[in-house]
Amino acid sequence: MTKVHQVLNAPADASSRDELESAVVRFAGDSGDGMQLTGGQFTEATALAGNDLATFPDFPAEIRAPVGTTFGVSSFQINFGARRIMTSGDDFDVLVAMNPAALKVEMPRLRKGGLVVIDTGTFNERNLAKAGYDTSPLEDGTLDPFRVISFDISGMTQEAVKEFDLSKKDALRCKNMWALGFVYWLFARPRKTTQEWLNAKFAKRPEIANANIAAMNAGHAMGETAELPAGVHGFHIAPAEIEPGLYRTVTGTEALAWGLVKGAELAALELMFASYPITPASPLLHSLAKLQHLGVTTFQAEDEIAAACAAIGASYSGAIGMTSSSGPGIALKGEAIGLALSAELPLIVVNSQRGGPSTGLPTKTEQSDLYQAVYGRNADAPLVVLSTRSASDCFEVGIEAVRLATKYMTPVMLLTDGYIANAAEPWRIPDLDSYEPFPVTFITEPEGFHPFLRDPETLARVWPKPGTPDMMHRIGGIERSYDTGHISYEADNHHKMTKVRAAKIDGIARDIPAQDVELGKTSGKLAVVGWGSTYGPINRAVDNLINRGKDVSHIHLRYIWPLPENLGELLNSYDTVLVPEMNNGQLVTLLKAEYLIDAKPLNKISGQPFKISEIEDAILDILEG
Amino acid sequence: MNDLTPPEKRTAKDYATDQEVRWCPGCGDYAILRAVLNTLADIEADPANTVFVSGIGCAARFPYYVETYGFHTIHGRAPAFATGIKLANPELDVWVVGGDGDMLSIGGNHLMHVIRRNVDVQVLLFNNEIYGLTKGQASPTSRAGTRSPSTPLGSVDNPVSACVFVLGAGARFVARGIDSQQKDLPGILKRAHAHKGASFVEVLQNCIVYNDGVFADITEKAVAADRQVVCRHGEPLVFGKDGDKGIRLNTETLTLEAVDIGEDGPEAAGVLVHDETNRIMATMLAGMDDESLPVAVGVIYCDPGKSYGDGMAEMKAEAVKRSEGADLKSIMHAGHTWTVAD
Repeated sequence: MTKVHQVLNAPADASSRDELESAVVRFAGDSGDGMQLTGGQFTEATALAGNDLATFPDFPAEIRAPVGTTFGVSSFQINFGARRIMTSGDDFDVLVAMNPAALKVEMPRLRKGGLVVIDTGTFNERNLAKAGYDTSPLEDGTLDPFRVISFDISGMTQEAVKEFDLSKKDALRCKNMWALGFVYWLFARPRKTTQEWLNAKFAKRPEIANANIAAMNAGHAMGETAELPAGVHGFHIAPAEIEPGLYRTVTGTEALAWGLVKGAELAALELMFASYPITPASPLLHSLAKLQHLGVTTFQAEDEIAAACAAIGASYSGAIGMTSSSGPGIALKGEAIGLALSAELPLIVVNSQRGGPSTGLPTKTEQSDLYQAVYGRNADAPLVVLSTRSASDCFEVGIEAVRLATKYMTPVMLLTDGYIANAAEPWRIPDLDSYEPFPVTFITEPEGFHPFLRDPETLARVWPKPGTPDMMHRIGGIERSYDTGHISYEADNHHKMTKVRAAKIDGIARDIPAQDVELGKTSGKLAVVGWGSTYGPINRAVDNLINRGKDVSHIHLRYIWPLPENLGELLNSYDTVLVPEMNNGQLVTLLKAEYLIDAKPLNKISGQPFKISEIEDAILDILEG
Repeated sequence: MNDLTPPEKRTAKDYATDQEVRWCPGCGDYAILRAVLNTLADIEADPANTVFVSGIGCAARFPYYVETYGFHTIHGRAPAFATGIKLANPELDVWVVGGDGDMLSIGGNHLMHVIRRNVDVQVLLFNNEIYGLTKGQASPTSRAGTRSPSTPLGSVDNPVSACVFVLGAGARFVARGIDSQQKDLPGILKRAHAHKGASFVEVLQNCIVYNDGVFADITEKAVAADRQVVCRHGEPLVFGKDGDKGIRLNTETLTLEAVDIGEDGPEAAGVLVHDETNRIMATMLAGMDDESLPVAVGVIYCDPGKSYGDGMAEMKAEAVKRSEGADLKSIMHAGHTWTVAD
């Protein structure tokens, strides 16, 4: 079956490699094949090689779906290159398919002429049937549009690790490292980081570490020595031009955890994070639980509601309370969030959005909780809504969320999504000393005190901390008098308080940056307006079309509520506004309602990020249609 | 602004707010409020360091009437708020107040978890076996057959016993008191306050409007002595006007039964001596709801264990120890980093 002829003394040096500006590689296999680890390792090595990159882990909802089935396929995609990389890539250049199901699921997005690396060792009758193949795609012409590199990776892995006396099962578990070694050769990546990682990971079982390293080296050696199908002798991708500085890779979850910690530090407050397990938000709880030595308190509550309530309780007692979830959990927290905004306590609510409604698509990404964030509570209940556009952006947005929550005594909803949470990208590590502190001042002066005294400018109420002498007071969810802070059912007072709560949030528009234009002119034919993780594909699509002379601009919102003060005027300076969103049209409706503009939707609700080409097509339709 | 002369010892009155109390005239909550204020004075509670947290319902108005810090939250969730308050500031002395609907129906889950975590708070459950603020529907402690606007032909669901429920959830302090018994209630509250960890106190409370007299068969003067057994650690479980009855374990059926104490005294009659550290005995006493047995009141169970706050503090100290001084910067710089030169 192997379509490779062994050739002696034919090392692939850089000069004989094909020069590429960028490449998209997708590792696909069974849930148990370790594709996420493989992708993570390739990401590290690629970052160290100086390429810019973006990744997209894509895995099934089941922890261990039945082996060999299409719904058990777990994939990891990376786009990397010598230029600025804005997305995890559209169609892939290289597909690594560890079994027939992976080939079946991923082949439609392998570009024509792309390279597919196949483990023929798994292409037996049973696995083919499970994947829904009547005949073997290796033999029936299915793969004709592609360049195929097929090895018995399973068999060669077992051979490579023979000396370590592993069980067959353990031996086969090294096959992802064989594939990784081969792909390392394909792109001339160093193996050192993975070797170090394996040694550290299996420090207590060195035979496992050594077997994995042997498998990786065997895969790499196969590239060195094998004569591959026509035209394939490895690729070279030059380092990207990147802003100078110290870099690391970061996922949205890590960056957000660190941003929240930094925000609490700048506010001079203890951080109390209360959450309840839910996909894809749980990793934020895990990340923060590892930071307890920094003074972070994490609390896994009995349910979503308790998590929100405990966070609010923490804020009540003078910490910054935070909670997180995904859409269904945020729905459960709704009543508690209403209390926080009514009692005017700071609170951070992180929503890692996923496909919905209801349980929906827990592991797939979507941006369909914008309405929920802006409007999703009983009564007139405005709060601050921020969104994050990328993994590294999470750090800044985490800090900004704490600043606004504490300065304005309000809940802040921070919208991220499953894609951002899991995706990794290179990140220039910021200088932590460069951030301006915004320490909270608790009121301690009993003279004339009541708990709803307000700052005349920000309209924020004072923050009295239990434990302070002579400041005892009661607050709650019942409407309170504007003048005394005591319970009040008085009609005019409720009208006034509702207006004050709204004015406080509206006023934040004066305290946030004016909306800028990412790319293109500040007026013209078409503005493409996005929010959240659509940043990459929109930016690349607009950039490509500006380079082709098109009159199009990219505007990307961080502040969803309140909207920046100048946004209405800015949007009105374009003939047309296009709003691509991974939902059925939510920001577009908000913009129409706020500014009475004829904004046009572009919706993708497939659980997958936009492709650049999809946004380009929509832009061209408007400009030329 | 204060001078440095030590303040006079505060009286119960000093712990009352200037707010007009808005319970129905004759409501049992007045008596409980009085008992709590007396207790606060007795234990010399620092008002600045004390927080009353409540959910929703008649009982949940409680914080407005106590001159301490207070947080009137949302229905059923007070234990969760209290947990957050204690996590953020373990020094605060936190009391949680709610009714049977608030804590055993919509908030049953949170009650279970605040108890099993052993968060160092005092939980006071005012049990009047009815929803008051929503105008008289049957509650999770209403006896089967209770006629109410929502159960006009009588409720068909079985009631839960608050004390048995929390014992099942792992409570380490369980007591039961009665609103009108002002002599006993402050003592129970004082013990609850002294206990480190979650203390649970069920107070049988009369709702004069929607469930008047629901506990009359055990609280009326004429019957009280025969229908209540006061649990005192180390003393025989004796009751009756003349102290002539006792609680005995029937070793055949493994159930409790009432027994007449003869001339030879309780020991000879096989009357149980109350051991408040015995969970099995506590569960049996708390569960006495048969007409042939009295209702157990007083401190039914008290067996302190590590509080949640202490456990969290130990874990944090361990985290600091293991971190070897790593700060946010060193964490962000850990792992693979690379420098892009100018």
